[in-house]
Amino acid sequence: MKNTPTEKNLVLDNLYVRVEGKRIVRGVSLTVRPGEIHALMGPNGTGKSSLALALMGHPRYDDVEGSARIGDTELLDLNPDERARAGLFLAMQAPAEIPGVPMADFLRTARRELGLEDLSGMKFNRRMKSELGLMGLDGAFAGRYLNEGFSGGEKKRAEVVQLRLLEPKFAVLDEIDSGLDIDALVAVARGIGELVAAGTGVLVITHYRRLLDHLPPDMVHIMSGGEIVRSSPGMELANTLEAGGYEAVVGREVTA
Amino acid sequence: MDNLPNTGRPGAGTLPDTAPPPGLGDESRDEYRYGFHDPEEYVYRAPRGLTKEIVEEISRRKGEPAWMLEKRLEGLRLFQRKPLPRWGADLSDIDFDRIHYYIKPSEGEERSWDDVPANIKKTFDRLGIPEAEKKWLAGVGAQYESETVYHNLKREWVEKGVVFTDMDTALRERPEIVKQFFGTIIPAGDNKFAALNTAVWSGGSFVYVPAGVTVDIPLQAYFRINARDMGQFERTMIIGGPGATLHYVEGCTAPTYSSDSLHAAVVEVIALPGSRVRYTTIQNWSHNVYNLVTKRAAAYEGATVEWVDGNLGSKVTMKYPSVYLLGRGAHAEVLSVAMANDGQYIDAGAKAVHAAPDTTSSVVSKSISKGTGRAGYRGLVQVEEGATGAKAAVRCDALIMGEKARSDTYPYMDVREEESNIEHEATVSRVGEEQLFYLTSRGLSEEEAALMIVNGFIEPIVKELPMEYAVELNRLIEMEMEGSVG
Repeated sequence: MKNTPTEKNLVLDNLYVRVEGKRIVRGVSLTVRPGEIHALMGPNGTGKSSLALALMGHPRYDDVEGSARIGDTELLDLNPDERARAGLFLAMQAPAEIPGVPMADFLRTARRELGLEDLSGMKFNRRMKSELGLMGLDGAFAGRYLNEGFSGGEKKRAEVVQLRLLEPKFAVLDEIDSGLDIDALVAVARGIGELVAAGTGVLVITHYRRLLDHLPPDMVHIMSGGEIVRSSPGMELANTLEAGGYEAVVGREVTA
Repeated sequence: MDNLPNTGRPGAGTLPDTAPPPGLGDESRDEYRYGFHDPEEYVYRAPRGLTKEIVEEISRRKGEPAWMLEKRLEGLRLFQRKPLPRWGADLSDIDFDRIHYYIKPSEGEERSWDDVPANIKKTFDRLGIPEAEKKWLAGVGAQYESETVYHNLKREWVEKGVVFTDMDTALRERPEIVKQFFGTIIPAGDNKFAALNTAVWSGGSFVYVPAGVTVDIPLQAYFRINARDMGQFERTMIIGGPGATLHYVEGCTAPTYSSDSLHAAVVEVIALPGSRVRYTTIQNWSHNVYNLVTKRAAAYEGATVEWVDGNLGSKVTMKYPSVYLLGRGAHAEVLSVAMANDGQYIDAGAKAVHAAPDTTSSVVSKSISKGTGRAGYRGLVQVEEGATGAKAAVRCDALIMGEKARSDTYPYMDVREEESNIEHEATVSRVGEEQLFYLTSRGLSEEEAALMIVNGFIEPIVKELPMEYAVELNRLIEMEMEGSVG
């Protein structure tokens, strides 16, 4: 896995993001290879979510400099749907609710738009049901309107269902572990782990080590003040963080 | 149209006595040959503007009984006296003197398919409507075709006494029923446009389902709103006998081709005790039409009336389907969806008048405004003294797309009985950046995402429609949504 040619990697190269004129992300560079798990940690307000939203092309985070590529494709030139077709997926911290649109209908449409195999109705329904079951969600969620009235935890699990059904090359998961009980956390980690084993590269944004215990990262990055201040392979940084907080990791007071 | 802010009751409380059938004896044979049956031979187009002479001429050419001419003339007098409504859309641009109030087509006068504007043809093509139907919709086909539609359906139900025909035929063949109910739910003086319709009405549907009969398939008048000839001032009357059940569906499956700019229909529904009447319509007018329609129902003891009303297109639409709940336990249900695109003003709503105990009503209204469109909900819930145990629930949701679109809500409540329960809930939402971003981030184009949000928004209404209408409505919305973002 680790020796995949560079053109298949997700590469952020000196990425800057301004929001309302203010520099929130200040020159982030990192490379995620297919099948790798990278964790991005750091206190609230350090630019992690801004980085994720800018990467996906959110219109309020479109004041960007630098480069973000999947292989040779420059993502920053593309609309969100084109970025999705280039293989990027963002599991959102606060997924929008879309009344009147059943989850299954939406996912079939999205699969079609992404050029994935057009499963027959029955095949798709079976797959959908089994994916929901894997995340501990009732089969009835297929017919429920997208995220409408879902609890916080249900939204997160539904995001993983979508992630698995949309089969991206790279996924950014923004606090996918928040609001989950331990059973759900294990299920979510397993669901993501299977994708990684199949070659999807993921960037996990999280505050806690507990997800990483179930989803061992190849690399942990600590973000502070819009920059990546420390990067280290394996769990070392996450462990230090859990024990001593961000000061212990960064060696100075962290800034937002 | 309706005189909505004026909450007075119409003359719907009691039904007039059945009158003996008025024969055609007072018409001369000479007049009769100008009758309804010979449009190819007898072309007629009334001169522009509206006079007593024109009204008399319409009635004479149709070979109508004297009492109908009286109604027409009364309508004319009231039309001339009544002011335009001072609320809602600005109607001052309507030039009543330029309008042809009655046009009877014939082959000689019809347009050829080649004359139909390209954008209308394109619409037909995109809707996948067969050639023959396209011609009919465009006002090219003969008016007779409408009766053919009715006749096919008529055969199926005639044995049970069901009458489903056009109003002109009904007036000739069932004058006693027409006379009994005509103008009883919507009196000529109700509002300026009801008065106008009474004066110059032509065409429209007539449905009568006798006591205890259940018509279990929708009675459909698909292709009959044809602005070129009879569509402008149609008059529809639907009567559910005691314990009867019927579902009347009316729709234009394409923007109605309209050479004139005013559509002022009147629809009267009479739901006798224990009956169940559902009226469904999806209308999509071309963007130069003033669509000012008065729709009202009377529901007697234990009866249920349901209006399902979809409004697209038009320059201005003012339409507030109403139900007067006149008997104990009567129930009203209004579901409406409106979409106002660039330059359009759609003022729609509903009215429920609880005039008897234990009556219930439910109104669900959804409006979408987009571009420079303006959509409004205007509704009235009235509970009269003595209507104990009345329950009313109103829910109106507005979806606004873009910075310039506008939505207004005017919910009027007039409650004169303490022992009643009224609920009102209104939401306004903008198609949000967050929703669009969410959907596009999963691979949908921005246009597709916006369409999905809009379709989701109207889903509660769409699921109440017969399948083919649901499909049509979704297609029409899709067409309205084209080029909406970017």
